[in-house]
Amino acid sequence: MLPILYAGLVLGVLGLIFGLVLTFASKKFHVDVDERVAKVREACSGANCGACGYPGCDGFAAAVVAGEAPVNGCTPGGAESARKIAAIMGTEAGDEKERLVARVRCQGAKGIAKERYVYDGYVSCATAASMAGGPKDCRFACIGMGDCMNHCSFGAIKMVDHLAVIDEKKCTACGTCVATCPRNVIELLPASQSVIVRCRNSDIARVARAVCMDACIGCGRCKRECQYEAIVVENGYARILPDKCTRCGACAKVCPCNCIVVS
Amino acid sequence: MNIFLFMISCILTNNFIFSKFLGCCPFLGVSSKVETAASMGLAVTFVMTIASLFAYAVNTWVLVPLHLEYMQTIAFILVIASLVQFVEMFLKKSMPALYSALGIYLPLITTNCAVLGVATLNVKEGYNMLFSVLNGTFSALGFLLAIVLMAGVRERLESSKIPQCMKGFPISLVIAGLMAVAFMGFNGMV
Repeated sequence: MLPILYAGLVLGVLGLIFGLVLTFASKKFHVDVDERVAKVREACSGANCGACGYPGCDGFAAAVVAGEAPVNGCTPGGAESARKIAAIMGTEAGDEKERLVARVRCQGAKGIAKERYVYDGYVSCATAASMAGGPKDCRFACIGMGDCMNHCSFGAIKMVDHLAVIDEKKCTACGTCVATCPRNVIELLPASQSVIVRCRNSDIARVARAVCMDACIGCGRCKRECQYEAIVVENGYARILPDKCTRCGACAKVCPCNCIVVS
Repeated sequence: MNIFLFMISCILTNNFIFSKFLGCCPFLGVSSKVETAASMGLAVTFVMTIASLFAYAVNTWVLVPLHLEYMQTIAFILVIASLVQFVEMFLKKSMPALYSALGIYLPLITTNCAVLGVATLNVKEGYNMLFSVLNGTFSALGFLLAIVLMAGVRERLESSKIPQCMKGFPISLVIAGLMAVAFMGFNGMV
């Protein structure tokens, strides 16, 4: 009986000593952590996407508590997380920003945009883009190898016929795809903006038309049709100004190239 | 034994992963990126060095005089767990940069069998204090080498064509086996 007691006692004393050392250490090495940081970290999306401009959600949470970042800074979290963070910080959520979504400004799917060569290398838009200007003839087209899809933390992008298709319900406008796309095809636009020019080919009409059936040739018919001066034709392609556009869709009806799309 | 030879043998011939098969869980679990693999390896090096020192102290000055050698395992677990806790607090206070670099890997090491393994092996081999600490440090450096090499190979695998049935863990295990065979080649060195 005695050896068992003895062993237990030694282990107990060892444990006690370590416990005391740890207790002492936790007092000695105590770091003041604002409990709001953890709460703010909970309230934001947790995607670590970097859309807020801070290194990950932890960086954002620390900046919010330090008063450097706005409470509505978490783009993927949207209005809901802005409200939660404002409640934690005891301030107002401020003006609600309109929800943005990522939109693909290209319709050059397989069969519509001309192919330059058959690409059989490593499946990545960035790699393909460096091979003689990419596998599609149009130098502004979506390459369709899915770099944006692979970087999307929310599974909102899928590739259909070598073209990125964005699920607007899942998109949180974090902007990762915008930064990833080597062709700068994706743009963040207000969710309510249902009329979009789905091409950004800057080439002159003849060249643009030669490489893609649905290319914007910069003819300006949409601009003349629009009563609200919401369309500008710059750099050889049309662009709709979301602030002025009334989403009437008149421009889409006159576009000779089918590159204005009403969703 | 020549100290230099001892260090080399800890890293290469008696590599913890490839010849003793200790610490295989993090070796496969945390080796998908070189960066995380390196921080895991560094954290292990850190903890194994200190753990072998403290385990030696507890064994020599507490367990042996009291004839309680059969309590080694539980006593070492106690030592390692408290040590990792202590190191974590210490780092959080004095070296926040290192603390955030090691991140989750530091507490994970509490349950790493390589750390308990090095403490037990030191006792079994009858090393003195210097050799215990050296064994801890250089075995851990061997672990670091192995996990970083493995992560490098696995990063390359991401972009290579592998038959569907071999993707992911199967090919990793094949590679681990081939690396172990390659490391056996060092056997004649020491």
